[in-house]
Amino acid sequence: MIEVKNVHKSFGDAHILKGISTSFEKGKTSLVIGQSGSGKTVFLKCLLGLFQPEEGSISYDGKIYSELDANQKRELRSEMGMVFQGSALFDSMTIMENVMFPLRMFTKQSKSEMEDRANFVLKRVKLEDAHNKMPSEASGGMQKRVAIARAIVNKPKYLFCDEPNSGLDPKTAIVIDNLIQEITEEYNITTIINSHDMNSVMEIGEKIVFLKDGLKAWEGSKENIFKTDNEVVTDFVYSSELFKKVRQMYLEERQ
Amino acid sequence: MKYLHNIGAYFIMIKDMFRKPTKWSVMKTLIFKDIDDLIIGSLGIVAFISFFVGGVVTIQTALNITSPIIPKYLVGFATRQSIILEFAPTFISIIMAGKVGSFITSSIGTMRVTEQIDALEVMGINAINYLVFPKFIALMLYPFVISIAMFLGIIGGMAACVYGGFSTLDDYITGVQLDFIPFHITYAFIKTIVFAFVLATIPSFHGYFMKGGALEVGKASTTAFVWTSVVIILLNYVLTQLLLS
Repeated sequence: MIEVKNVHKSFGDAHILKGISTSFEKGKTSLVIGQSGSGKTVFLKCLLGLFQPEEGSISYDGKIYSELDANQKRELRSEMGMVFQGSALFDSMTIMENVMFPLRMFTKQSKSEMEDRANFVLKRVKLEDAHNKMPSEASGGMQKRVAIARAIVNKPKYLFCDEPNSGLDPKTAIVIDNLIQEITEEYNITTIINSHDMNSVMEIGEKIVFLKDGLKAWEGSKENIFKTDNEVVTDFVYSSELFKKVRQMYLEERQ
Repeated sequence: MKYLHNIGAYFIMIKDMFRKPTKWSVMKTLIFKDIDDLIIGSLGIVAFISFFVGGVVTIQTALNITSPIIPKYLVGFATRQSIILEFAPTFISIIMAGKVGSFITSSIGTMRVTEQIDALEVMGINAINYLVFPKFIALMLYPFVISIAMFLGIIGGMAACVYGGFSTLDDYITGVQLDFIPFHITYAFIKTIVFAFVLATIPSFHGYFMKGGALEVGKASTTAFVWTSVVIILLNYVLTQLLLS
């Protein structure tokens, strides 16, 4: 479980995060949504420990990040998996080497043990035949699945995804969403996804945190988002005619 | 102010390069890969340039010696001195700033643009140690490249001298052996080691701290080449003053 208390972050005069408090539960897929410039990426980077908040605290299963020493921080980081927007695969390595990378860096496993584990996760993301391909030879959807495989290979406790669906067709996007949700439940990890994609919100958002201008404007589940009359949220989530109709149908059904 | 900030950031990067080392089994692979990319991969162009520039130095020296009082073996002597003292360590380093430096900046810069460096940092890896340290170690073999440049420069000079009819082989060899001061080799290798450090770290700095996209990677490579060359030229002057005067 990740608990965020009153987190503030500024860059020069720009006050990006203005006191965000929330929590993300284990075994659940949480989404952080909001318009561009709302502070989502800065918030995610604070959660990852890449940015230090000026005020407030972030705790990971009771361990407050700012109170840890360098070794403890490093250990905690090795328990995190991250799926980047552009996949961020190491382009000088094959897909297999990319997936084995965290194991090579952080474990003392033998080569065959590492290969077994990498094969297992590649099979889990349905990429068992792509071992020797280079990332440049893989499609966008495949690269995302490799990034997920790399993120989970070292059995992380926390999984962070920055817009995992960006640049993917709707069908592949749903595959990636479902894969992340399945993995979250299967390995009982705390998953946080930064997203713009309303399909993801409706599909896998067990908890949704809506950010606006560096503040938490709303939080709830995907069921609550249909019912909310918070105008800031409805303006953003139901900005398309399609989603407006979906919501209308949902509300009519409920009545 | 920006220059001061960059100089400070550069020295902090140097300090971070030695902190929190990457696992040896991984580092070993990276070092061998960088030796292949930076040292072995440069041998061809260094050999080609050294051989022909050695020849040009010899021809120009021979053509400028018009007085019959000056002995012909001076061509070999002048070629040796030019190549050992200046051409091999400094001129080749400027060429390497273009070849190796832009490779280092663009490869690290592309990793920055495509979030690969962020991925390393998120995993808790010291990205500076992971990326820069193997290049620094690989370039400690740079004196080997310079030795080859010295040898081929002198051989190129000999070929041009003999086949161009500027003097005899015996005269050229006599000139090459004349008044040889072993400290000149030490001086050349001291410069080479210093330039190797510059070649590894300045382009890495420009790649690591670049911001933007593909266009900025290109700009960073150009900036890295300019600054690496400037620093090499300045250090060349300082080291020559310190070691030879």
